[in-house]
Amino acid sequence: MRLYWEVFRHGFRRYASYRAATVAGLFTNTVFGFLRAYVLVALFAATATVGGYDLSDALTYVFLGQGMIMTVYMWSWWEIALAIRSGDIVTDLSRPFDYQSYWLAQDLGRACYHAVFRGIPPFLVGALVFDLRLPGSPLTWLLFVASVAVAVCVSFGLRFIVNLAAFWLLDYRGVGAISTACGTFLSGFVVPIAFFPGWLAAIAHVLPFRGMIQVPIDVFLEKERGWALVGVLAVQLAWAAALFAAGRLLLGAARRRVVVQGG
Amino acid sequence: MGSELALYPRLAWSRVRGQVEYRLSFVLMLVGYFAATVADFLAIWVIFLHLPLLAGWTLGEVAFLYGTSYVSFKLADMVVGHLDVLPTLVRSGSLDTLLTRPLGSLFQVITIDFGLRHVGAIAQAVCVLAVACVTAGVPWDAARVAMMPVTILSGTVIFASIWVLGASTVFWTMGNGLEVMNTFTYGGNQMANFPINIYAGWLRRLIAYVVPLAFVTYFPSLYLLAKEDPLGSPGILRFASPLVALGCVAAARFAWGQGIRHYQSTGS
Repeated sequence: MRLYWEVFRHGFRRYASYRAATVAGLFTNTVFGFLRAYVLVALFAATATVGGYDLSDALTYVFLGQGMIMTVYMWSWWEIALAIRSGDIVTDLSRPFDYQSYWLAQDLGRACYHAVFRGIPPFLVGALVFDLRLPGSPLTWLLFVASVAVAVCVSFGLRFIVNLAAFWLLDYRGVGAISTACGTFLSGFVVPIAFFPGWLAAIAHVLPFRGMIQVPIDVFLEKERGWALVGVLAVQLAWAAALFAAGRLLLGAARRRVVVQGG
Repeated sequence: MGSELALYPRLAWSRVRGQVEYRLSFVLMLVGYFAATVADFLAIWVIFLHLPLLAGWTLGEVAFLYGTSYVSFKLADMVVGHLDVLPTLVRSGSLDTLLTRPLGSLFQVITIDFGLRHVGAIAQAVCVLAVACVTAGVPWDAARVAMMPVTILSGTVIFASIWVLGASTVFWTMGNGLEVMNTFTYGGNQMANFPINIYAGWLRRLIAYVVPLAFVTYFPSLYLLAKEDPLGSPGILRFASPLVALGCVAAARFAWGQGIRHYQSTGS
């Protein structure tokens, strides 16, 4: 356990050393927030509510979403795929710790860094210009933080699986591009799932992606209450666990494959 | 310059051959890039499920903006998008090798790759554009037919110049914070996908005029769609895109030249 704690801290510090990248990324995430916000302002000029959201909800959604891009790391994380490609994975797998838990610990450390330095600032800048919503009850804040943490686990579970595809496909970028496209749209990142037509929303609801963006933001906006809220969070947590387990199975299969090829 | 133009197709072809070697991966990549662009367009479509006109523009018209912008953007991305490897070249010292060869430095960096994978995205954008050409109610005549390729080409050149300009900053910053460039390339495309009259004045001035993205699609599309400008800009701007594109090329060339002159090897 002590090892994973150290790995967690290392994950945090590792990203903290790229200060210029943090500032540059913040700038981009924030400007994109405004680009997306004005589309919604134009939308809500024509209609008061869409799918139960008013303008303030929708703008809050956008700026929270911009902050979550890096926190849940939606795009381009290929460290394991690159290790598979270079062959370094063989050494990594022979080390005396659990490979998947090692990466999860490191990813949670990274997520803590990104939550603070890439997650909060876009929201604050957005709040300077627009009327953004804040949760009323302290419990909502607490549940939001918990749901973001689970969102990181869902995202990690997916990324881990996609990275392992490099064992079979030699190149990871194709599968990566497809999963990124699905994740970006079906997580509700581009447009809230509540805006989707019924059939598309139904698809998004049975897939894990919404646990990365839509679920935590809906918790923040207090869109679900009581048992419905418990249900949504339970499903999110179940997906995180299921993806972690699936990644484990896949790693086991890959491990046998490596041994077969054994160079 | 002339010999470089003759050499470009051969170098690009050699990069392409390497990429299609892994056939399954390459096909998946095309599908992935196609899917990514579909997702962007679905977002526009979802918005129009809830209203007939977005700030005075129909779905067909916005699709037209999206199509022209995306085709230009992805064509530029295919040719110069890999300029973001420049920081790596500078830090590792590989750029010095390029500088000793008897070819332009920018030419050599650009020919490091040819992003054929973007064809997936271009295909999707062309489909949207083709449908939009019919549904947006373009009053087609000879002048407008001629204007279409000019618009796409000018847009491509403007985007490519922004990439080169952004990459040139690497020579001063050693690549720190190059991610800012994404605001003007990816962000510029995102902005140009929608009519710029939806954006607040400050944002419009920053990304539409300082970085002249309004000339990628907004102004020429006003002409092509025979639309009044809600912003009331002078009519002449609708035809200014090729000139603006030339201006961008000059600026990009100047910035790159200054950058190379300023460049001092990492010396490791």
